[in-house]
Amino acid sequence: MADLETFRVETRAWLEANCPAEMRTPMRSEKDACWGGRHFQFQSTAQKQWLDVMASRGWTVPDWPKEYGGGGLSAAESKVLKEEMAALGCRSPLTSFGISMLGPALLKYGTEEQKKHYLTQIARGEIRWCQGYSEPGAGSDLAGLQTKAEDKGDHYLVNGQKVWTSYADQADWIFCLVRTSSESKHGGISFLLFDMESPGVSTKPILLISGNSPFCETFFDDVKVPKDQLVGEENKGWDVAKYLLGHEREMISGMGLGGEKQALGATVGEVDPLLRTEIAAFDVDAIAFAAMSERFIDQLKAGEAHPAMPSMMKYAGTELNKRRHELIMAAGGSDALEWDSERSKGGKAARDWLRTKANSIEGGTSEIQLGIVAKHILRLPGA
Amino acid sequence: MMTLTDDQRMLADTVAPFMADEGAIKKQLRHWRDIGCKDGFGHGLWKQFAELGLTGILIPEAQGGAGLGQVEAGLVLEEIGRNLTPSPFLTTSIAAVRALEGSAQAERWFPGIVAGETVAALAIDEGRHHDPAAISLEAKRSGNGFSLSGAKQFVVQGASADVILVAARTAGSAGETQGLTLFAVERGVKGLALDNVALADASKAARIAFDNVEVDADSVVGEVGGGWASLSRALNAGRAGAASELVGVAAGASEMTFEYLKQRKQFGKVIGEYQVLQHRAAHLYGEIEIARAVALKAAQLLDTGDPRAELLVSAAKAKAAKSAALAVQEGVQMHGGIGMTDEHDIGLYMKREAVLSELFGGPRYHANRVAELSGY
Repeated sequence: MADLETFRVETRAWLEANCPAEMRTPMRSEKDACWGGRHFQFQSTAQKQWLDVMASRGWTVPDWPKEYGGGGLSAAESKVLKEEMAALGCRSPLTSFGISMLGPALLKYGTEEQKKHYLTQIARGEIRWCQGYSEPGAGSDLAGLQTKAEDKGDHYLVNGQKVWTSYADQADWIFCLVRTSSESKHGGISFLLFDMESPGVSTKPILLISGNSPFCETFFDDVKVPKDQLVGEENKGWDVAKYLLGHEREMISGMGLGGEKQALGATVGEVDPLLRTEIAAFDVDAIAFAAMSERFIDQLKAGEAHPAMPSMMKYAGTELNKRRHELIMAAGGSDALEWDSERSKGGKAARDWLRTKANSIEGGTSEIQLGIVAKHILRLPGA
Repeated sequence: MMTLTDDQRMLADTVAPFMADEGAIKKQLRHWRDIGCKDGFGHGLWKQFAELGLTGILIPEAQGGAGLGQVEAGLVLEEIGRNLTPSPFLTTSIAAVRALEGSAQAERWFPGIVAGETVAALAIDEGRHHDPAAISLEAKRSGNGFSLSGAKQFVVQGASADVILVAARTAGSAGETQGLTLFAVERGVKGLALDNVALADASKAARIAFDNVEVDADSVVGEVGGGWASLSRALNAGRAGAASELVGVAAGASEMTFEYLKQRKQFGKVIGEYQVLQHRAAHLYGEIEIARAVALKAAQLLDTGDPRAELLVSAAKAKAAKSAALAVQEGVQMHGGIGMTDEHDIGLYMKREAVLSELFGGPRYHANRVAELSGY
């Protein structure tokens, strides 16, 4: 414990010395995040400096092993770092599906070469990843996917279509579920990595109800993928896919925390007593969820979390976030309905509110999560 | 860290089988209810608590206790809740001990509490809703001491108590936290009219009328006019403890219900196969986990003296009450007709939940407190 306190003091001093002032202000939206990648336009020199200094210490991925670009910190040290960053208001230096989703899957299923190659790039924010999971005919029934990868000796030939690919138009590489066998539904899926600049890959943004286009349709037309870009065994990709989904759900559950340090009721201005009551009930749930989130991460790091717990967390966190934005809209009244005025910061309240409706769909719907909890935790029959 | 230490795990592993066996519904709750026991709990079990070192769980080792904290108390209370075990543990060993600690009265009462021989009660509420700042029971200077006049209700185990900690007003007016004083009033003093009331869950709470009850100056716990500090300590501990017990009630009721979903057949299949029930059960599971997490967090912050502790305690009390209410309501509904019978235990959980939910402030009281503490 004494060591941990020393680590805390040193970490605080280091962060104070190295985190630029600009990077200690709250992010206004996803657009303020540093996503990294080949084409990323840094918003400021401070944003780049913050990424570089954290990456050089391995602290973009503090609990990954040092040989893969991580910080080699213990679970307790990682938590201290997170707490100290929160206390100083430091932004996350790098937001990345490589960190939150692909990395953990590679750590578990990747070959040594794959780990050395891909994880170090992820840690430094050099490659921006997107996720090729859902297809037009495979949403909740993800394992029904049809995108085909044919064995051509030294490479696979990929043909098909993905949908809801977040930021596919800005990503450098994709981790993609493909069908390598039609003999078994779950047992015919493989997990491939490939460059989005490969010939035959094209993307088309989808305009959403929020007026934004964070998701794309992604098409594969005779895309050649070298065989050393297969993760895990051929036809065993469903295991990798499910493991990664657990991490995706863990990440999405973080939505439940909101971005504010303050209680919701302290941020929405004057409201009538009936709405205050609803908001107070929400804040009770939000405080409780934050405690749950902390406990979940601690249990996860200690290996004590049930494998299906990310589903419970994803369900609770996203439903809470939807409620948060319903209340923000209620408090905002007609102000919050403005769509593109400067006064409304381009309709931020309304667009954010609409964005949250995807929370309980992406990464597996709330109904799918409840089904998983019923089956794997409660062990209800036939679930 | 919000994982348990090895010592905490060991305590939980000791208490769980003890409560499931010695504290079982049939052996305790139903037994004392059905024979019409005036205490609503068994003194034998209270003695067993003492033998396990539980009665003095929060009392410092130097004073004969276990010197443990709110987290450990919460682990015990979750098992108490799970088994609906009636005992003076929450009010005596948790709330009253926190009220008394550090005062001269502690030396008077701690040995009996540690030994499992003393029961203490808290007299706070004066109306049908918890509102401690509104206390108006009057304590006037009288001779060498004070004279108490007024009325209290929902004094849990008041009729069984050897000592009642009475929150009274020595100055100021209702609504002010200044001017409150805590008195340790011993059993059998003159002028005290006590009505021992059975509550829905077969526990006992007293309505007490104070008609110029004379107490001497030594009976003051802490400072005259400064009772809010000791009262707050007692309430924080009591509320966090009640939250843990509610988590136990919720866990007990839901486990019973999930089991029933796997047994009961209708339309030729077990009802747990129906997705409409699966999803409700899964939602309930999550709500209980969340309640357990916030109850643990509140307990940890109380133990470390964190300034956010009060906020977390209120959030925990509110959340645990809501989650437990959901658990017992879904529990009775999913059991169907059998859930309405006295013969089945699920209804006992519903009744216990209602009492614990109200004790030390209901979920709306605490949601309002969360709002106030958050600055709105």
